[in-house]
Amino acid sequence: MAIRAVLGSYLKGLQVTIVELAQVVKPKRLGGGAATVQYPHEKEAPPIRARGVIALREENCTVCMLCVRSCPDWCIYIEGHKELAPPRRAGGAPRKVNALDRFDIDFALCMYCGICVEVCPFDALFWSPEYEYSEPRIADLLHDVDRLGEWMETVPEAPALEVGADKKGKK
Amino acid sequence: MTDIADRHKLSYIAAQAADARLNVELETEGMTLNIGPQHPATHGTLRIIVRLDGEQVVWAEPSAGYMHRGYEKLTEVRTYPQVTTLVNRIDWLGSFANEVPFILAAEKLMGVEAPPRAQWIRTILFELSRIANVSLFLGDLGAQLGAVTPVFYAFRDREYVLNLIELVTGGRFHPNFDRIGGLFDDLPAGWIDETRHVMKRLRNFCDEIEDILINNVVFQKRTRGVGVIPREVALQYGLSGPNLRASGVDWDLRRDQQLPLAYDKVDFKVWTHPDGDSFARCWVRLQETREATKIVDQLIDGLPSGPIMAKVPRIIKVPAGEAWVSTENPLGEMGYYVVSKGDLGPFRVKIRSASFNNISIVPWVLRGVYIPDIVSILASLYFILGDIDR
Amino acid sequence: MSLLAVSIPYWGQSLLRVLGGTVAILLPAGTIVYLFLFKMMSFMQSRLGPMDAGPYGSLQLVAEVGKWMQKEDLAPNGADKRIFRMAPLVVLVSTFLLVVVVPFGPDAYFTNFDGGVFYMLAVSSVSTLGILVAGWSSANKYSLLGGLRAAGQLIAYELPMVLAVVGVVIQAGTMNLQQIVWRQNSDHAAMFGWTGLGNPYLFTQIIGFVVFMIAVQAELTQVPFDMPIAESELVSGYMTEYSGFRFLIFFIAEFATVGVFTMIASVLFLGGWGVPFAWFGWKTTGPGLFDGVANWMNIAGPIILFVKMTVLSFLAMWVRFSYPRLREDQLQRFAWKVLIPVSLLNIMATAILKVVF
Repeated sequence: MAIRAVLGSYLKGLQVTIVELAQVVKPKRLGGGAATVQYPHEKEAPPIRARGVIALREENCTVCMLCVRSCPDWCIYIEGHKELAPPRRAGGAPRKVNALDRFDIDFALCMYCGICVEVCPFDALFWSPEYEYSEPRIADLLHDVDRLGEWMETVPEAPALEVGADKKGKK
Repeated sequence: MTDIADRHKLSYIAAQAADARLNVELETEGMTLNIGPQHPATHGTLRIIVRLDGEQVVWAEPSAGYMHRGYEKLTEVRTYPQVTTLVNRIDWLGSFANEVPFILAAEKLMGVEAPPRAQWIRTILFELSRIANVSLFLGDLGAQLGAVTPVFYAFRDREYVLNLIELVTGGRFHPNFDRIGGLFDDLPAGWIDETRHVMKRLRNFCDEIEDILINNVVFQKRTRGVGVIPREVALQYGLSGPNLRASGVDWDLRRDQQLPLAYDKVDFKVWTHPDGDSFARCWVRLQETREATKIVDQLIDGLPSGPIMAKVPRIIKVPAGEAWVSTENPLGEMGYYVVSKGDLGPFRVKIRSASFNNISIVPWVLRGVYIPDIVSILASLYFILGDIDR
Repeated sequence: MSLLAVSIPYWGQSLLRVLGGTVAILLPAGTIVYLFLFKMMSFMQSRLGPMDAGPYGSLQLVAEVGKWMQKEDLAPNGADKRIFRMAPLVVLVSTFLLVVVVPFGPDAYFTNFDGGVFYMLAVSSVSTLGILVAGWSSANKYSLLGGLRAAGQLIAYELPMVLAVVGVVIQAGTMNLQQIVWRQNSDHAAMFGWTGLGNPYLFTQIIGFVVFMIAVQAELTQVPFDMPIAESELVSGYMTEYSGFRFLIFFIAEFATVGVFTMIASVLFLGGWGVPFAWFGWKTTGPGLFDGVANWMNIAGPIILFVKMTVLSFLAMWVRFSYPRLREDQLQRFAWKVLIPVSLLNIMATAILKVVF
């Protein structure tokens, strides 16, 4: 009967919510609990590949400027100068190398796209899943060389790949 | 009074005069109401100007553009990888789906085809973004109509899909994972089992939404017979996606086109509904979500092994030419017309976004409905502002 | 008050009544807001609700009240300021007027007059005026729409409420709320001769109870009847332009009215503050109805009424969080075409059965 269908649908709606209520009230050891995580007190761990912050390995950077050119937002600022390094073997000519003066990434502009990490030919940039670096002043979101170097400690190992993948994963 | 106050006063008087002319026989004043740009019912900054007679709409016009970010102009001065990043943000809920037609168009111009494993994983991520997009729709549907609980169920279960995408790509909302010639990286270990588990959860979620919302009599009273779009009108206005299928048109680009994606390797059903009302649109989307979970299950079962990237040069210069590729995105048909002059970046990209055409029907469908029905119709048409305004 | 051995002067009694009235309004409002709105709604939505203010968020109410009170007192530019400021008070006053007739114990009541039910039904429509006036004076088209919808809806749902209560009045034979409590709980109250449970009108007036609860849900503009507020269309309906202390008054009035209406429902249908006399062996002798009742019922009575109110408002809130909302023409149709005929049938059946038995 139509009335039975109507009442049935109303009761079903009530049932869904009360079942959810019972699920949340159940203690954690029985599998209950809410779906949310109370943030400052408990934190979820982001996956390995999560794009949290960019870390810089300064010794690998050769100031090739590829990352600067490929950033869609132009948020990387690099300054370098050429200097003379001692020759590789005695009696040779001194080599011209690039030295890094300034490497800033402005995380207020960064789109977290990963193009800079991808194009770097010398593996100087890495992704790290750290995300808790918010600042009260927007100017503090410009991370300089030292700060970017500090993030290197938080860069995880690349995860193993699935069955059927051809080559080992990147970084 | 300042100039601005004078101008406002004059335009207000003019609007009132227009209303008065409208209702001069009845000697009542119509009311011009602005729905938006800030409003809970429009999914973003859409402004709909309606003229009301009591609570009935006499005339409606959408005024889009409050979120215009100049995508097509931006793409003129960006390289292909940069455009891929930007394009993620057009339909931000199902963002992988925005990259795919653009990359396919660029691959078409270059004459490169991605290896099979890359094509399959592309399809899996495409369907995952469809699930993420439409499951938010199902929750939001309840919120627009007053049911406060389904939204939270939707967000809770959508988190699983976003976590899956994050495990692979590193980004929840903006994956930026597609590259010309394949994908950036392969799947991490354990992802396939995780995906199976998540698809089961999503099917449970669809059942839950069906119980609490779709089968609910109040919901059906609000949506059945409301905002009926007949077949011919839908075709004339260029609707696409679930909106078109809910009006009875059997149109699905996944099945009908031969794109280098893995759709021809799986079976799936294309759901249509003859009614064309709001309920039909909601119902079709629910069934499509279920179908998408089944497609993902089939795809991960049959995933071929192999390389993830074709042989492409490191610095990509796409040869000159023009290409048009459109795919069945979660919101409808999204297409890119890429004009290349052989550079590092495209010369011109025209983005055909689904929601822009979907809301062109708003003036037609909103005539004669009540205000609460406006909300129910807009909710069932389901547009994303980034998609309308680009 | 026979409970206390000392006799309290008149001004003391008035002060106690004022305090009691404030507690009778704020305590149900606070309980309903914290228990159901913050916690139950959150649990149903698979989240925990406010947890930071006080243990398990118990002081969130204090935080909310403090927040609302320190906000700026805004009024829109084109608003009719005097009426704009008065409107929330009208709504709150109707709640206070309603709680005056609710009996809390054998001697704990504010007033006890014979037209209790009639007065209650009459006074519950004062809030309609406040809502209408709030919608009009806000100088905001959305608020106006909310106010107009409220006018139609609240007036339409007065009728099923009245008719549902008429069934109770016929069965009880009186409009005095204390006597209705007595009739449900006294030693003469029996269901088919068994005095074990008293005679709560819930069983005989089940149709009236359901109609009354639906009408109350609509009178309080709760989902599924919350067209006047309609958060996704009208932002907040008639309350859109209110902020700060005035919004707090609307908020308290809304939840206090939930509390008061469910208190009245428990008085009419569940036996109010009383427990069946048969449980304690009290007898009704003499002219005073409750002379045989122990004096500690004056303390236990409010607590029992509070528990019954919590149960009924749990039902109302459960429905609120589970369903979408009806369109206003649909809810009008529901009121006029379904609820009123059903309640009229209920009255006829009650009247017939009262004569027969």
